[in-house]
Amino acid sequence: MSEIPDRASAVIIGAGIVGNSLAYHLARLGWTELVLVDKGPMPNPGGSTGHASNFIFPIEYSKMMMELTRDSTEQYKELGVFTESGGIEVARTQARMQELRRRCSQAKSWGIPAEMLTPERVRKLVPYLDESVILGGAYFPTVGVVDSLRAGTLMRERAQQLDALTVLAGAEVVGIDKSDDGRVAAVRTTKGDIATDVVAICCGVWSPRIARMAGARIPLTPIVHQMISVGPIALFDGTEGEIAYPIVRDVDENMYERQHGGDMEVGSYAHRPMIVSSDDIPSIEEAVLSPTEMPFTQDDFDPQLELALELMPELLGDERAGVRYAINGLISMTPDGHPVLGETPEVPGLWSVAASWIKEGAGIGRAVAEWMSGVTPEIDIHEADISRFYRHQRTTAHVTGRAAEGFNKMYGIVHPNEQWESGRPVRVSPAYERERALGAVFYETAGWERPHWYESNAGLLEKYADRLLDRPSEWESRWWSPIINAEHLAMRDAAGLFDLSAFAVIDVTGAGALQAVQQIAVAQMRVPIGRVVYTSFLDEAGGFRADLTIMRLGPRHFRVVTGGATGMMDYKWITDHLPADGSAAATDVTSAWTTFGLWGPRARDILGRVTADDITNEGFPFGTCREIELAGLTVLASRISYVGELGWELYAPIEQGAKLWDTLAEAGQPAGLVPAGIGVYGTTGRLEKGYRAYGAELDASYNLVEAGMTRPKVKEQDFVGKTAYLRQRDAPPTAVLCTLTVDDHVSESGELRYMLGGEPILSDRGEPLIDARGRRSYVTSAGSGPSVGKHLLLSYLPPEQAVAGTPLTVEYMGEQYPVTVAVAGSTPLFDPANERVRS
Amino acid sequence: MDVLVCVKRVPMVGGKVVITADGQDVDTRMSGFTVSPHEECAVEEAVQVSEREGGSVTVLTLGPPEAADQLRDMLALGAHRGVLLETDGREWGPIATAAAIVAAVGELAPATFPLILAGNEAADTGGYQVAIRVAHALGRPCATGIKRLELSGGTVRATREYRGAQEVFEIPLPAVVTVKEGINLPRYPSLPGRLRAKRADITVLRPQWQVDDLRKQALRVPPGAARRAQILGHGAAAVPALLDVLGEFGVLPTAVRDGGDGAAA
Repeated sequence: MSEIPDRASAVIIGAGIVGNSLAYHLARLGWTELVLVDKGPMPNPGGSTGHASNFIFPIEYSKMMMELTRDSTEQYKELGVFTESGGIEVARTQARMQELRRRCSQAKSWGIPAEMLTPERVRKLVPYLDESVILGGAYFPTVGVVDSLRAGTLMRERAQQLDALTVLAGAEVVGIDKSDDGRVAAVRTTKGDIATDVVAICCGVWSPRIARMAGARIPLTPIVHQMISVGPIALFDGTEGEIAYPIVRDVDENMYERQHGGDMEVGSYAHRPMIVSSDDIPSIEEAVLSPTEMPFTQDDFDPQLELALELMPELLGDERAGVRYAINGLISMTPDGHPVLGETPEVPGLWSVAASWIKEGAGIGRAVAEWMSGVTPEIDIHEADISRFYRHQRTTAHVTGRAAEGFNKMYGIVHPNEQWESGRPVRVSPAYERERALGAVFYETAGWERPHWYESNAGLLEKYADRLLDRPSEWESRWWSPIINAEHLAMRDAAGLFDLSAFAVIDVTGAGALQAVQQIAVAQMRVPIGRVVYTSFLDEAGGFRADLTIMRLGPRHFRVVTGGATGMMDYKWITDHLPADGSAAATDVTSAWTTFGLWGPRARDILGRVTADDITNEGFPFGTCREIELAGLTVLASRISYVGELGWELYAPIEQGAKLWDTLAEAGQPAGLVPAGIGVYGTTGRLEKGYRAYGAELDASYNLVEAGMTRPKVKEQDFVGKTAYLRQRDAPPTAVLCTLTVDDHVSESGELRYMLGGEPILSDRGEPLIDARGRRSYVTSAGSGPSVGKHLLLSYLPPEQAVAGTPLTVEYMGEQYPVTVAVAGSTPLFDPANERVRS
Repeated sequence: MDVLVCVKRVPMVGGKVVITADGQDVDTRMSGFTVSPHEECAVEEAVQVSEREGGSVTVLTLGPPEAADQLRDMLALGAHRGVLLETDGREWGPIATAAAIVAAVGELAPATFPLILAGNEAADTGGYQVAIRVAHALGRPCATGIKRLELSGGTVRATREYRGAQEVFEIPLPAVVTVKEGINLPRYPSLPGRLRAKRADITVLRPQWQVDDLRKQALRVPPGAARRAQILGHGAAAVPALLDVLGEFGVLPTAVRDGGDGAAA
């Protein structure tokens, strides 16, 4: 029994796997006077951890989730609560077989053991599986199960043994108080109040409710996931321990079957999405079993009963084995499937540590504890940063709509370019209707509708017929069009008009504006007014945090322009690092400006038809920006290019955007200007130029040296990550970012195949390439290079292989294709001297 | 031997019962419905009888269309046939319920159901009387609260506990027996059982609603007896007190209960 302390260094709300792990790691990092509260009893307070299926497959769709899972597994092993069982994903369809081969290849990128199995070999490992139902399987031998309640208990006890933690069970949080400056000040519970200025919400499905007490939003929703337990299973009678047979994921049917002692647990993600509001979760007293074990709705599971029987007929068809447990279990889902971590943007001191599976739980506790302690987390968790959400993405409608849409895709074959549908469109550019009329195929980023290519450019297919790098295979031609490559070629021949309104635009102003940008940008920011600086932001450990441009518009005015996808996170980074004396302010002006890009050899001709201002190379050099008069508009023109061509980004007030578009389109007509989409802007253009992208090649695990983005000198002013960066420059790089070309696309069956990203790069004898820091080489970006006539791959390589001309291999869908290092470092493959850009 | 078992669709509840805002019903949004525990044991008993003696088990309920779910749950346990006396969902009193059941038994002829089973009382209304009224209307003997059933020839031997003693009734068939939880341990439905139950036809009859002497006014949750948890102690020091409590429950071996210190256990 614990006395309630009246203060704490931090109050952790929620004693599920995440709360327990966070408490332990904070204690390990030196925090004392921690308090862990939960309204339920220990060890199982009644949250999702208490009924979790507890198995861990190491392979994920995202590098971050894979790393968190790997770290968590190490922790569970160290705690002695992990049992390796192996796991098999079985395929009932040919499409799934291809996907499994893709996953096995991708597993190599991360050093995860994986192999394809015939039905007979699956049967050998899982004797109760009817192999006539499947076409094969992917076997992951390092799959295992965790005793998550025991893990949580052990971690909690370790923190208590360090005298760092008080545990308060049976204490329900009824309020979170804030001080006048908006920071958390106290947590009020049914057992008393605790003063603190740090609160961590680890409440799983209850998180939105708890956050609301403080006036913050955590964008997740509880959702039902059905599971049953069937037993006693005669075959499992002899099993010692929890599990002796591999876990089966019947992925085509969105189901899994795992042994649990004498029972077979069968879970389903196939039923209709059943969303429950955080406010409607029963209390412990009201619940029949526990608040997150809701009554089973039979009808929703019946189709799965038939499918499970089909796969395991004797085992599950035994009349003596009964369904002795069946629930509609509650789990958390977010709009994009990633956890929600970090200090809430609304309330300083209030941290969200929510929407985690068991398989990431321990790792998330560690990463957030590091983050809370002011240490850059060892695992790059920016994809889970709570600040990533735009305001519309935090609405209930958006969260529940995306969760419902994503639920049945849990085991789905999800194409890397697959688009969400629910809730669209939300953010549209002033040129949206024109783009629709031009047959734009819109992809969504940050809620913006961005043309990926235009069907109206189909006529270009004939013009460039022999240079289209067309993709005959269904998978890589999905969510793609050869029109993209035609637009690219038309741009390089004449010019392309791009809608870049999805840029996040952040103005930094005030007497301290220079200081504000100087101390976070790697590049020198003391530049003349009218200079455009391309720079990165680093974290304290010298890993990439952002990659963007900054314009100096005035003595006290800088304009940061960054990709929409990272806009909110970059905004938070800027505001978090503003000078403490309040001498600078950061304002998100995205919704005030529209941006179009005009690039290509004819760009100056076209612009010259609508402006009398000096836009010659001497008069308007590369890397500068200024206002120009463009027809009847005043437009901010910035001469930079992410596609490697002569041209400008053009900024107009948003209400004048349509006029700007029309003016440029008309002026460009005689010169062959084509509307061009993000297929060109985000992939083909930049890959030919070797331009890196944050989130692809640039993340916290790599640095400027490895990415080949260093300048001759480092500025004398201090900036975040400078110390680490200087150290990196002094040492030889352990990896070098290279551009590779694919030499032969022909598969064993005679089809032309094109890689899409994530594939492992291997030696010419098919062996993994691992650098001195243990990182494996894999494709960070892939796409067509129409002007160079090659399919291009970017990958970090160990220095020995990072030499132009080195022959290597890429493994795709289980087959190996020869590739060659075209460029070691950042020299562009196309127009290496940058003549076009600087013309 | 064809057995008829009468069951009722009742709300599932946790530790705390929540009433709807209009005070008329239990709020089942978060809990759902089930069959009363005594009745589930009655079905299990009937299925065991049919497994031993042959014959079929018919499960019958008076309730709204959704009560077919409860019938299917019982079919999944091994019952053979389901009969729904379909209502519009309003509450039926015990007299009207019994009358409807008696009428249905007549309609289900030529089945005669030598043995009719029910639960001792429904989990929600707790009227204790529907089965007795049915027995009376059919001119059958009725034994209630039964914890053990044996059939031989045309006789049923029904045993129950009363104030520490066992009462044994030998009753000639046809008879009505109400059973109590503990008479057996109901099985869990198998997967094939569930799928058969899902596909089974349910016979639907539509009895006429009658006014009854007993009518629901409203539901109210009385202030509960405070649940007191008594802390026996901490760590090893709690063992003597723990032994006392276990002794009160009568679950200790004699040697431990009667002598020796706690350490010996």
